[in-house]
Amino acid sequence: MKKNFLFSFLLAVAVVISIVSFKNISPQQKLPVPDADNAGLTLPSGFSAMIVADNIGEARHLAVTKEGNIYVKLGGVKNGNGILYLQDENNDGKMEKKTGFADYGGTGMALKNGFLYASSNTDVYRYKLNDKDEVEQANQPEKIISGLLDHGEHNSKSVTLDNDGNIYVNVGAYSNSCQEQDRVPGSMGIPGCPILDSAGGIWQFKSDKEDQHYGDGVHYATGLRNVVGLDWNQQTNALFVMQHGRDQLHDLFPKYYSTKQSAVLPAECMYEIHKGDNAGWPYIYYDQIQQKQILMPEYGGDGKKSADKKYLDPVEAFPGHLAPDGLLFYTGNQFPEKYKYGAFIAFHGSWNRSPEPQAGYFVVFVPFKDGKPSGKWEVFADGFAGEKQLSPGSAKHRPCGLAQGPDGSLYVSDDSKGTIYRIMYKK
Amino acid sequence: MNKIIILGFLLMPFSLLLKNQGDNEIPITHSQSLKDGEAVYNKYCISCHQADGGGVPHMAPPLIQTKYVLGDKEDMIKIVLNGLKGVEINEQTYNNPMPPLGSVLKDKEIADVLSFVRNSFGNKASLVTVSDVKEVKIKQGKQ
Repeated sequence: MKKNFLFSFLLAVAVVISIVSFKNISPQQKLPVPDADNAGLTLPSGFSAMIVADNIGEARHLAVTKEGNIYVKLGGVKNGNGILYLQDENNDGKMEKKTGFADYGGTGMALKNGFLYASSNTDVYRYKLNDKDEVEQANQPEKIISGLLDHGEHNSKSVTLDNDGNIYVNVGAYSNSCQEQDRVPGSMGIPGCPILDSAGGIWQFKSDKEDQHYGDGVHYATGLRNVVGLDWNQQTNALFVMQHGRDQLHDLFPKYYSTKQSAVLPAECMYEIHKGDNAGWPYIYYDQIQQKQILMPEYGGDGKKSADKKYLDPVEAFPGHLAPDGLLFYTGNQFPEKYKYGAFIAFHGSWNRSPEPQAGYFVVFVPFKDGKPSGKWEVFADGFAGEKQLSPGSAKHRPCGLAQGPDGSLYVSDDSKGTIYRIMYKK
Repeated sequence: MNKIIILGFLLMPFSLLLKNQGDNEIPITHSQSLKDGEAVYNKYCISCHQADGGGVPHMAPPLIQTKYVLGDKEDMIKIVLNGLKGVEINEQTYNNPMPPLGSVLKDKEIADVLSFVRNSFGNKASLVTVSDVKEVKIKQGKQ
C-alpha cells in the first residue's frame, strides 16, 4: 500500500514536471518558415501562413495529431483513399509523406482518446490509434453508427465529441425550406414538416458502441436546417454548431424580398446547443438586421411577421449564404491572448447572392469571454478564392475544415483544389 | 472500352459541327427570343446555375458544353417541365434538386430560356421554339 502510494506520488510529480517543462518549451518551439507570399492569404499583423499540402483532393474536415501529423477526410474517394494521413518527414512543416485508406467519401474527421473518427454520408466509423497516433488496422474500422439519411441535398455528416463518451452527428434536412415542392417559386411549407423526424437536427450517440442506428441515439436538437461546422466548447462544456440558413428568399417569394434583401438574409447562425433545443427551421429564420426571429414565407410570413412560438436564439449571426463549414474553438497558446477560447469559422463561400457578387470564402474570428461572444466578429484570413468570384466554381480555393496543431498553429483545409494551409503567429 | 471512349471524344467535335450546321447565323427575329430568354434566366435560373453558367460544385450542374444542354431538345424541355435530381457530369454529382417549372413558366418563356442557354456560355446549338415545348407537353399529356 505504502509502495503504491509512493509510486503514485512519484508518477504525479513526474507528470506535473513534464507538463510544466512542455509548457516552457512550447513557446520557443521553432516554427517552420512560412511561404514568402503567406500562401496567398491576407492575415492580421504578426501572422503568417504556408501551404503544407496541395492538390490532395476534396479536403473536407481534418484533425492534427499530437505529433503534428494530419488526417484529412476527402469528400470523394481519390486514388482509392477516402482518408489521407499526411506526415512531415524532415521537419520543414511541409507534409511530404502522404498515405491513405478508407473506401468512402465524406466530411467528418475527429480525434479523441486514442481513436480517429470519420464519417461517410450515412455512417460513422472509428479507427484505433497506436501510441504514435497511427492507424494500424486501416481495413478494420468499427462502424459505430449506420443508416443515417442521405437524400443527396445536405447529405454531409460532421462529427464532434464531448468529454463523457458521446459523439454528436448532424443530419441535414433534404430540403431548402420544407416546401411541398422543394425550391419551386411560391410553393408553401408542409404543415408539421415531416423531414424533422429523421433529419434537420443533431443526434447524440455513444462513441464506443458498435452498430448504432437512429433508435439507439438521442435526438439531441432539432430545427437545424443543415449544420456542417460544429465543435465541443471545452470552456462551457457544450455543443456549438453553425447552421446554413435557407436559400433563395427572393427567387421563391419575390413579393416579399428584393434581390438585395435576399442576398444577405437570413443570417448564418451560431447556436449553443443543449439537449432538447429547437432552432426553428423551417418555421422561422433569424434576421440579423431586425435582430429577431421572422416567420418563414412558406409558413405565412412576409419578411416582417414574427413567429408566435419562440425558438432558440443564435449566440452570433452572420450575413446570409456565406456557408459556414468549419468551426473551431481555439485553446492554443501560440496566438495572442485575444484569440484564446474564441471561435474560428471557415466560410465555404456563397452561391445564392445573385445578382449581388458572391461572398465569404474566408476564415472569421469571434472573440469569446466566459463562453459568450465578447466582441464583433472579424475576417481573420482572406484571399482563398483569388481576386474575383464570379461564381463558386471559379473560386480558386474554398475553406472548409479547421484544426489546431499541438503547437497552437491553425490548419485550414480547402475542398476545391485540395490545399492544406497552416497559419502561425510569431511575436 | 477505353479506345471506344477516346474515339467518341475525337469524333465529338465533328458531330457537333454537323448538328450545328445552319445554326451559326441566328436570324434577327430570333435575337429577341435570346434576349427574352436572358431575362427569364436572370429571374429563375441564375441563382443556381450562376451568371457564367458554371453552376455550383456538388450542388447545381454547369450549363457549359454538357450533353444535357447541347443534346436533344426534348430531354432539355422535360428537365425544365419536370425537374431533375442527382445529375452526374464528369464524375461529379450535383445534389440540389432542379425544381419542376412546368407550372411556373409559360411555353414561350421555356423556349426562350432554353434557346438562350443553348447559345450562351460558349454553347452553340439550335433554338428551341414554342411548338417544340407544346409538342413535349402533348406527349406528356399535360396540354
